Amino acid sequence: MSQHRIDLTVNGKTRSATVPARLTLVDFLRETLNLTGTHTGCEHGVCGACTVLLDGEPVRSCLLFAVQADGAQIATVEGLAPDTEGLSVLQDSFCELHALQCGFCTSGMLMAAHALLTRDPDPSEEKIREAIGGNLCRCTGYKQIVEAIALAARRLKGANEPAPERGGHGG
Amino acid sequence: MAAEQEGFRYIGRRRRPKEDRRFVAGSGRYVADIVLPGMLHVALVTSPHPAARVVAIDAAAALRLPGVRTVLTGDALAGAIEPMMSGLDIPKMRRYPLAHGVVRYVGEWVAAVVAESRALAEDAAELIAVEYADLPYVVDPEAALRPGAPPVHADHGSNLMFRRQFVWGPVERDFSTAPHKIVYRARWHRSATVPIETFGVLAQWNPAAQLLDVWASIQMPKYPDQLAHALRLPGNAVRVHFDVDVGGSYGVKRGLKHSILAGHLARQLSAPVRLIEDRLDNMRGGDAQGPDRIFDVEMAFDGDGIVHAMKMRALDDVGAYAGRAPLQLGKPIGAIVGPYRIKSVQYEPISVTTNKTPEEAVRGFGQSPTNYAIEIGMDIIAGKLGLDRIELRRRNLIRKDEFPYTIPSGSTYDSGDYHAVLAKVLDASGWDALVKRRDTARAQGRLAGIGISCCLEPSGGNSTFEPLFNSKNETTTWMESCQVKVDLTGAIVASMATSSSGQGHETLVATVVGEILERDPDTIRVVHADSLGALPSNSPVGSRMAIMLGGAAAGAAKKLKTQLVSIAAHNLGVAPEVCRYAEGSVSAGSPAKTLSWAQLVDIAHRKFHLLPPGQEPGLQAAHVWEVPGGGALPGPDGRVQMYPCYAFESHVVYAELDRVTGQVALRAYFVGHDCGVMINPDIVHGMTYGGIAHGIGAALYERFEYDGNGQLLSGSFMDYLIPSSHEVPDITIVDHCTPSPLTTFGQKGSGEAGYLGAPAAIASAVNDALAPLGLHIAAVPMTVGVLGDLLATKDRAK
Repeated sequence: MSQHRIDLTVNGKTRSATVPARLTLVDFLRETLNLTGTHTGCEHGVCGACTVLLDGEPVRSCLLFAVQADGAQIATVEGLAPDTEGLSVLQDSFCELHALQCGFCTSGMLMAAHALLTRDPDPSEEKIREAIGGNLCRCTGYKQIVEAIALAARRLKGANEPAPERGGHGG
Repeated sequence: MAAEQEGFRYIGRRRRPKEDRRFVAGSGRYVADIVLPGMLHVALVTSPHPAARVVAIDAAAALRLPGVRTVLTGDALAGAIEPMMSGLDIPKMRRYPLAHGVVRYVGEWVAAVVAESRALAEDAAELIAVEYADLPYVVDPEAALRPGAPPVHADHGSNLMFRRQFVWGPVERDFSTAPHKIVYRARWHRSATVPIETFGVLAQWNPAAQLLDVWASIQMPKYPDQLAHALRLPGNAVRVHFDVDVGGSYGVKRGLKHSILAGHLARQLSAPVRLIEDRLDNMRGGDAQGPDRIFDVEMAFDGDGIVHAMKMRALDDVGAYAGRAPLQLGKPIGAIVGPYRIKSVQYEPISVTTNKTPEEAVRGFGQSPTNYAIEIGMDIIAGKLGLDRIELRRRNLIRKDEFPYTIPSGSTYDSGDYHAVLAKVLDASGWDALVKRRDTARAQGRLAGIGISCCLEPSGGNSTFEPLFNSKNETTTWMESCQVKVDLTGAIVASMATSSSGQGHETLVATVVGEILERDPDTIRVVHADSLGALPSNSPVGSRMAIMLGGAAAGAAKKLKTQLVSIAAHNLGVAPEVCRYAEGSVSAGSPAKTLSWAQLVDIAHRKFHLLPPGQEPGLQAAHVWEVPGGGALPGPDGRVQMYPCYAFESHVVYAELDRVTGQVALRAYFVGHDCGVMINPDIVHGMTYGGIAHGIGAALYERFEYDGNGQLLSGSFMDYLIPSSHEVPDITIVDHCTPSPLTTFGQKGSGEAGYLGAPAAIASAVNDALAPLGLHIAAVPMTVGVLGDLLATKDRAK
């Protein structure tokens, strides 16, 4: 098995490694870099659980080889939050509206939604559904995910909009 | 929408689930995230034949590959373990993790390769040569029952695994006196829950401690016990770590064969061994496909549309091995008449084995197919009498004033207001406008239909379908447990006894304990004890945890509260009965003297001299909660109370079909739902939306389809189609709350909500759309291929 040297940026940090040609990007992230927030669901490019950003665009990391990411900027769920204690507005909106259950598809959903909000700060519901159309979720029926992405968009527009009124505290 | 849940501090309030934060941070801990030093990996060699004798296995080339540690065959494994258990009394059907001498379905595991990486193990698996001798096979469940059909298990003698005819009430008399009768067949093809995380397990044997540690993405009752039994270990030599996040299950993650195999290999190699299914492993050889049923139903009714009696024969194809899955024909006995006042019933469940992947438990444990079969009949009767489908249901629904209501099969429904829920969902759907929308679409030449369904979600069961289907098994309890303690710092820790797969149990326990102790749930830590530290549990199956874990957590918290009050009473010199508990402090007298939470904790943990005589130091309590109403063996006629609580749901869906392709688009979706008091509404709603999405899959897209040679045609997500955000419409839930009189807070189960009524409602909508063409379909999934062919046939007939 031929070995290849790769240099790439992952969540803003420069990483270098020598990897076998057949190593997928998702296995590189999970096993070599120990970034286990990215998940493998189908390993044939349908479910979207392994979605990461490559130079800002969502990609299936199970369908890419690590060597194809040589020189690229990769972003994973571990890089979304501003710091180790905090959450991004998008992540916080997912918590606010319970846009997940088992959490397994969540990382991929967040990356797809993050890419959407980066290019379109005010997406319609249709655009949101389109953006996560390649990410399968078996728990939620997508409704709370769509609503959470819309909430994040509203918050990010700088309106300083507080969380919706809740029955109890905890918001 | 606000439910009527007054009088609670935390229960029923919208609060952020405790679990969500770690998942959005990407720091969930799933089984594939756990890495142990020296960990080895398993890949599987699987059968390409539906039935064959295994003549020889040549692993020499595989074993020569550097990094390959061993190759295990079925013969070697079978001698070292006990066979896996069945829910039925069929001792001659023996099931092992690896095929023993004979393979019985395509994808069955024949050998396991262990290597230093999964990639290496897969390389080695490809080098293993297996010689097979073909055997006759049978794929169709009805053909499997015919005389002369090749037996899947030769020793068992036939392909019939279970058959029993139940008669409850004067069925024949009711049929002979009723003026009208319908006869129909309904087909529920094989689908499943197919979680996005496949099943995985990691096992590590510690020879010095004689202890097997297991991490698994498991959702299975009695898993540690069955694993120990199969591996011939005492129960206390197996420690299952339940703090593993499970990436979805909805019933299917029973992975016992995977775990026995990994556990055996871990012992054999004295190394940690991991087996993570890939997607094909999961869909073909993971033994996680769902019910596969042919219903033959007769209903007897009068001119007003009142249904008096029903006969139902349910033939279920359990695939090549019968584990617990056949009991999925048993659960529906607890709601065999659905929400209707049908007075007499004949029910004949039949389990048959074929050369297909074994069936496993799926969300609702067989109830959703049965609900679908009943609802088809209600629509047909309405059509025959020219009655509105809703009016027909209204006439047959059990009335609010009739609860508790006992159905012919001996099960008593606890509470409900079905008419109110139906009225609410019709109102929310804007029924008249919806009808106008449909009629306008039809006038424009489109195929449009409205679907309706009403059904029940039995919850919190005591598992007495086990003795019902196997008299040697006397299971009548299905308890759940919780331990709660307050530490020296005053912090609360609650310990539950099973893993979670997205149901939000940590939130459930914290909310309930917080409610009883009047302490902020956000400050309560909930941990998943391992199986040696845990009290008895039956895992989150059968929509039971709100009732059962909620009841156990409340029970433990109430005991703690009693201890706190007792300490206070002793120190205030008053009787406990006159003490007032508020937010953790206890007061008595006027003017009130108060002992604070901190003071009470301090006494309990440090000041034995201030403790009431006989009270143990510290603050800790455990509670094992029995199913409300208890459990009793079924009567000789099979009358039984399996589930104490019954949630109700009513769906309204508007669909349009493409006239050429048959593609169905769901344009509007409403569901009225009454599961009593909701502990956390966002969690209940989330599961309901998800259940509907799953039901959309079962109704329109998902099918494990086999060809005549027993080859699975849908073993990937390219051909087993899971609904995406494009197929699942925006769904509106309308809550209603009829508390259960049997549970701690009035809660009922909700984990199967949505799935139980969605397929029936969608089928109803499609048939309403097809009705102007004179077409009817009584099989799910109604895929684009099936509907397209049906419409093409109609076109040709013109």
